[in-house]
Amino acid sequence: MSRTFEGIIEAFRLILAFDADLLQIVFLSLQVSVTAILLSTLLGVPLGTLLALKPEKKTRLINKVIFTFMGMPPVVGGLIIYLLLSRMGPLGVLGLLYSPTAMIIAQIFLATPIITGLTMVGVRAKGEKIEETARSLGAGSALAAWTVVKESRFGIFGAIITGFSRVVAEVGAVMIVGGNIAGHTRVMTTAIVLETRKGNFELAIGLGIILLIISFVVNSMLYNIQKGGRSY
Amino acid sequence: MALPNNGLERLRIQRKMALVFQKTLLFKDSVWNNVAYGLRARGYSRGEVNKLVDKLLEQVGLKDLAARRADTLSGGEAQRVAIARAVAFNPELLLLDEPTANLDPVNIELIEEMIRQLNREKSITVVMVTHNVFQARRIADQVIFIDQGEIVEMGPTEKIFTDPDNENTRLYVEGKAIF
Repeated sequence: MSRTFEGIIEAFRLILAFDADLLQIVFLSLQVSVTAILLSTLLGVPLGTLLALKPEKKTRLINKVIFTFMGMPPVVGGLIIYLLLSRMGPLGVLGLLYSPTAMIIAQIFLATPIITGLTMVGVRAKGEKIEETARSLGAGSALAAWTVVKESRFGIFGAIITGFSRVVAEVGAVMIVGGNIAGHTRVMTTAIVLETRKGNFELAIGLGIILLIISFVVNSMLYNIQKGGRSY
Repeated sequence: MALPNNGLERLRIQRKMALVFQKTLLFKDSVWNNVAYGLRARGYSRGEVNKLVDKLLEQVGLKDLAARRADTLSGGEAQRVAIARAVAFNPELLLLDEPTANLDPVNIELIEEMIRQLNREKSITVVMVTHNVFQARRIADQVIFIDQGEIVEMGPTEKIFTDPDNENTRLYVEGKAIF
């Protein structure tokens, strides 16, 4: 028990001292996950909006595929990207395995279905009616689609934030394709696994606290957005 | 008449018409921006949009609501904003689907007056669907009586209400028919 307590004290000391190793790990985590989410948003929001505006009958199969991929276990996602990027894989020549880029690709693979699926659900609620209204006011296809996105913004923000909280906290995929190399591909979750195994609890607890704080901030945003969405 | 399938030609004709649905959807934005939507969609300059929207809101008595979030309005206010939004770009034809359904008498009166005013001052042809015979008599110049999707009779309002040719029309305007 006293060891855990000492770990917590030491963790706070590391955080407050802006420990270089710890900062580097936190920074890389955020860099990888934020980049992945930005790119997933560019893919997922237009795709989800498009699917939501099509008649459900036509998109039934693709909907099921997307919902299945939303629940993809990160290790399986990591394995698939690993096979693609490894030397013998189809994209092996790019030499991306065990790099932050590979980790970004893996997280895009995990987050895009989530953002697409949740955008689709958010837009479908009123999308058709919004599109109809926009068109009745003289909007062309592009403006009508943009109006749908703007009007469904609460649902879409929720989708993006859910995607972020999922990838920033996952360990399986980044471990497989990143390799947890110190100073290069080590992120918060993989460092926690390693440091715990080494019995080096201070850093693990410190990173755990930071992850929880990030999760708290992100989920507070989600909560506020959803509350905002309801009260109007 | 069916609209042509050609996208641009269709858009050109659509842009001369405005439609207000029975259940209005206003954008989650200010009343002012809602009314400006159709003008912006047609590429009006910022200056023109400002001038036209301010003038219209003044004309139809919605100036005080300009800054309000459109999704916080009452049903009657929302319907008036929807009509203002629909006529902002001076359409030639305004289609209204039961615009006063489920509204209180004060708002019905306000909306009917707004429709008369738009027809008179902006020369917009209004085609309006209503189940309320009294409302049709109050505001229409011409009445088309439709039963089960078929046109039964059409003509000047006074003739339809005082001397209809069709027996069903007579029963309906006298409030005796049950459909």
